[in-house]
Amino acid sequence: MKKLAIGIWVAVTAVLMVWGFYQAIYAAPVDERQGEIYRVIFYHVPSAMAAFLFFAISLAGSIGYLALRRHRPDRAQISDAWALAGAEVGVVFCTVVLITGPIWGRRAWNMWWTWDARLTTTLVLWLIYVSYLLLRRFAAGPQMQTLAAVLNIFGALDVPIVYMSNRWWVGQHPRPVFGGDPGSGMDPAMLPAFGWNVLAWLAWGLLILTLRYHVERKSQKLAAREVQEALNA
Amino acid sequence: MTRALWSHLVKDLRIEWRSLDAIVSMLFFSGLVVVLFSLAFDPRGAFSQQIAGGVLCVATLFASVSALNQAWAREIRHQVLDAQRMAPTPGAELFLAKVLANFLFVTLVQAILAPVFIVFYNLRIEGQAWLLAVVLPLGTWALVANGTFFAALSIRSRNRELLLPLILFPIFIPALLAMVQATTAILTGESDPSLWIKMLAGYDIIFTTASLLLFDVVFNAE
Repeated sequence: MKKLAIGIWVAVTAVLMVWGFYQAIYAAPVDERQGEIYRVIFYHVPSAMAAFLFFAISLAGSIGYLALRRHRPDRAQISDAWALAGAEVGVVFCTVVLITGPIWGRRAWNMWWTWDARLTTTLVLWLIYVSYLLLRRFAAGPQMQTLAAVLNIFGALDVPIVYMSNRWWVGQHPRPVFGGDPGSGMDPAMLPAFGWNVLAWLAWGLLILTLRYHVERKSQKLAAREVQEALNA
Repeated sequence: MTRALWSHLVKDLRIEWRSLDAIVSMLFFSGLVVVLFSLAFDPRGAFSQQIAGGVLCVATLFASVSALNQAWAREIRHQVLDAQRMAPTPGAELFLAKVLANFLFVTLVQAILAPVFIVFYNLRIEGQAWLLAVVLPLGTWALVANGTFFAALSIRSRNRELLLPLILFPIFIPALLAMVQATTAILTGESDPSLWIKMLAGYDIIFTTASLLLFDVVFNAE
């Protein structure tokens, strides 16, 4: 049953991604001012949304772990697996954001990178979650999960700074396209391509997230069984 | 101020007074960073005004990591850390005492370093100089509060001396940015540092509160 669900999900994701690619590259009209390069937004923004979603899942997992670790250790392990999976997949999507951004910036701003507030803070966010993954690698044993959960909360305190930075500080990054100033927003002809790509990349991210979660659960169970066998021996 | 906090603070200050380990190593290290930067960038004229704030902050940052690594490592000998863990006082007091002690050390180092700095970089403070007395303590507090917290966190890992900068620097970047921008604004007198000072104060409040709330979790992690 589980395998069938994953199979269907994979098929739906594949179809969505092909359709999203067609919409982004062929169906959406050329931008009046930017030309073809604006199509990066169909990958840049959905990846950013996915990255934020997965970092949020990771944070929820970490808070859940801290709350449950004393009286429900089994549930706490589940939370921790979500925290790890969210952080890893989030870092991948954040990397995509940081790569597609400069590709667009090279054409639009005539420079790869600028130390604008939003760029800087997205990079900081990426660094924080990489350091989270490093901590998980360096620290060992059950205390590692607690320490990592605490670091995750500190990392998440940075997220509001990231999100608000574009509104607080005037910078190079475009003003918010959606829900920003009056007069912002996309041409209606571009919206379907944008929506399909958000859907496709979220479906893809959730697929990877779920797979990563199951791998982590398996390795947790294996570790627990090894401990039990060592105790019995 | 409660008794537990006070006795932790007095103990740390006494150890430092007798050995001077942290202050001497920080002072020499940050002095080295200042010399290295002035050789690397050849600071003359208006350019020195522009980079001096950044160099001062980064020098403080590098120097205090060396001291913060020792802040908890020193307690491992004779199982002092385990004794502190068993003590029936809230861990937040111990944490606050450590932060206050290290804050005093780093501030002292900055106070000694500042004249050297002004000489080496031929600085003239164009803005309101007294604001530096607000910016530098706020930035130092952000550095020391986070640094003490993450030092307690990384003490539980393999290669802890390596891990502290790896997790401290990313979290500290927003505060470093604000600190550098505010210091540069004061030195050059070209812009108003008040937004950056507010941001530093906000950062301090947010992260100190989080540290106080979560310190027991980290300290007693098993």
